Amino acid sequence: MAEAIFEVFRGTREGGQPAAYRVPIAPGMVVLDALHHIQAHQAPDLAVRWNCKAGKCGSCSAEVNGRPRLTCKTRMDALPLDKPITVQPMKAFPVIKDLVTDVSWNYRVNKKIPPFEPRPGADWKVYQEDVDRVQEFRKCIECFLCQNVCHVLREHEEMEHFGGPRFFVRVAGLEMHPLDSKSRTRMLKEELGIGLCNITKCCTEVCPEEIHITDNAIIPLKERVVDEFYDPVLMLVRKIRGAKQESG
Amino acid sequence: MTTEYETHEHDVLIIGAGGAGLRAALGALAQGAKVGVVCKSLLGKAHTVMAEGGIAAAMANVDTGDDWRTHFRDTMRGGKLLNNWRMAQIHAQEAPERVRELEQWGALFDRTEDGQILQRAFGGHTFRRLCHVGDRTGLEMIRTLQDRGVQLGIDVYMECTISRLLKDGDRVAGAFGYWREQGRFVVFRAKSIVMATGGIGKAWKITSNSWEYTGDGMALAYGAGAELMDMEFVQFHPTGMVWPPGVQGILVTEAVRGEGGVLRNKLGQRFMEKYDPKKLDLSTRDVVARAIYTEVREGRGTEHGGAYLDISQKPADYVKKKLPSMYHQFKELADVDITKGPMEVGPTCHYMMGGIRVDAETGKSSVAGLFAAGEAAAGLHGANRLGGNSLSDLLVFGRRAGLAAAEHANKISTAAIDSGQIEEAASEMLAPFERNNGESPYAIHRDLQETMQNLVGIFRNKEDLIRALEELEKLKERAGRLSVEGSRLFNPGWHLAQDLKAMLTVSEAVTRSALAREESRGAHSRIDHPGLDPIWGTKNNVIVRQGSTMALRQSAVPELLGDLKQLVAEEK
Repeated sequence: MAEAIFEVFRGTREGGQPAAYRVPIAPGMVVLDALHHIQAHQAPDLAVRWNCKAGKCGSCSAEVNGRPRLTCKTRMDALPLDKPITVQPMKAFPVIKDLVTDVSWNYRVNKKIPPFEPRPGADWKVYQEDVDRVQEFRKCIECFLCQNVCHVLREHEEMEHFGGPRFFVRVAGLEMHPLDSKSRTRMLKEELGIGLCNITKCCTEVCPEEIHITDNAIIPLKERVVDEFYDPVLMLVRKIRGAKQESG
Repeated sequence: MTTEYETHEHDVLIIGAGGAGLRAALGALAQGAKVGVVCKSLLGKAHTVMAEGGIAAAMANVDTGDDWRTHFRDTMRGGKLLNNWRMAQIHAQEAPERVRELEQWGALFDRTEDGQILQRAFGGHTFRRLCHVGDRTGLEMIRTLQDRGVQLGIDVYMECTISRLLKDGDRVAGAFGYWREQGRFVVFRAKSIVMATGGIGKAWKITSNSWEYTGDGMALAYGAGAELMDMEFVQFHPTGMVWPPGVQGILVTEAVRGEGGVLRNKLGQRFMEKYDPKKLDLSTRDVVARAIYTEVREGRGTEHGGAYLDISQKPADYVKKKLPSMYHQFKELADVDITKGPMEVGPTCHYMMGGIRVDAETGKSSVAGLFAAGEAAAGLHGANRLGGNSLSDLLVFGRRAGLAAAEHANKISTAAIDSGQIEEAASEMLAPFERNNGESPYAIHRDLQETMQNLVGIFRNKEDLIRALEELEKLKERAGRLSVEGSRLFNPGWHLAQDLKAMLTVSEAVTRSALAREESRGAHSRIDHPGLDPIWGTKNNVIVRQGSTMALRQSAVPELLGDLKQLVAEEK
């Protein structure tokens, strides 16, 4: 039976190194299957997060041969087997153990975002064409791969001043919800630091849900920020018509 | 002197953060309770996120003839009348309001042409009834609930596992568990506890369930003295993936058939014409699962031992729009383009109809202060669950359990917890580290899955079930001697050692109940007792702990009366 050699990071916050494992290959096998095989036969304490194994929960993110991936959707037959397959934890987040990282920062950012607030007196008639673009954002499975590759977070570690693509997608889903009444543009500018994004589209490239993060979420949100804070004509119009209620 | 453990105090502690747990949390919060939610994974990763097809609710947006009575009747008939009728009634009556509420909290369902929530057809439902978002309805639901819960201030303890319920006399007083990250122990003191821990699929080899589905809540409740009910009724979903091997069991949503997908055997025959000429591919899950299984056994299966499921007669754009995750799943994992050719599918262990026995109105168990909702609870679905009735179950009974748990907490003070229980729980957790050279928990889990798959599967008989009980005894002994390698830090082997205890308990409950029920009803098929037995139709199997042995008795199914009885009997 064909075999693959895996070099899997083993270690903790204090440090670690790759360990090598030989794994037999079965048809259609994915990297997560190989990690489970290693757990069952060689390293029962190998720490890996996973849940659905079907690309729906976004738990099993890691870097396979240096590329951020969901390991449950990374087929072995798409990887070269003449050299070891490396599996590393997501680089942007602190390691807890082996492939498991501390993603709690994401949950803290999420908590800051003001939730959906329906327009008073909404009649809840909403048409599919109004829903389509928002449904794209709501496909996000929170694998945090976009956060992991975003260089504002990965290289510059701007966690204190920047929300990251995942949360621009969440805000876009709220801002473009046909019945939402809140405005989150000030928050985008100030707390989530959307201006720090220079639209290199790394996030869009790795999104397993194929959400057009940059084009459909970030750029329109940046435009809203520009309109609201830098466009004198629109500012005047808004003053006359009365703006959407601003969140605190 | 006893060790001091990290301790948290709540009015209501909810174990499990899927749809039922989160909806229970919102219910309890609305009553002003201090609420904590403990979950084995990160928030938002619970099994609800994988639910695909939709939420069953008689909104009558698409088929105006629908109403709660029809939904009630479908549910009762699907469950072969073993359901708790009052739960089925509450469920059918309240589901539409629970869906509207989700919408008001920001969920965005697919729409009808006149701007209402769109509903699709599903197995066993008379009308198009499932409110949905493509084939990712569960994701929409869990995000909506979790965002609202977090915003309203529930405390969430993520990657934290409960290993034992703590009691004060006859009442529940708290829970003992550990943080995966550091392996540190933690104590929760609570006036009420809601079990929302989901199902038990991981005891079978071929399953759609994730690693979390190990029957924890049922085993914890059983350990604390609560009754379990209907444990023989394990749903095998007819359509799981069968190829390649690594994806075996992964769910293929019933929405494929709801949207017009057709089942065929290798000879190209639409075999459902034989098994259910009226409802065909949209028959109930028990019937379709047995049909596929029988086709394969009789030599008419596909290359990899399944049936063909074909939706490629529909326009490719429509398939991609209504079943996007199925399209990607098959394309990426099986090299099959479902817009061009058929999928290969076969039965997969999917859902537990049985569980903790609860009061219909409140989700109260037989132990004071302990409540249950969702898949962890029994009663609503009887002998077989209809697709779409799970998500609505979570919302309707999650809310009710949360409200009742908060009311209960309001009336009492925090109970005392003696340190003896806590020390016992701690040493039980640490035992696998203290043994050397024992077996790996992975090996025992693999053998448990083989046993349940081969001996307690879709078709059962007395001989196999007796053998399964013998095997389970051996597995219990082996589990008592296993050892765990490595440190306490995020150690999945250690975690599996805990999960195994729960899986062995629920597996025994399933097997004992299946052995007792000498008839075939819904998801429970006995080759040696084919057909319904009217006497068994009046009984639920109930399991309760007596010391260290598992006792089984029968309890009368609540009798349907008056116009509801007539309604269920009506031909339609």
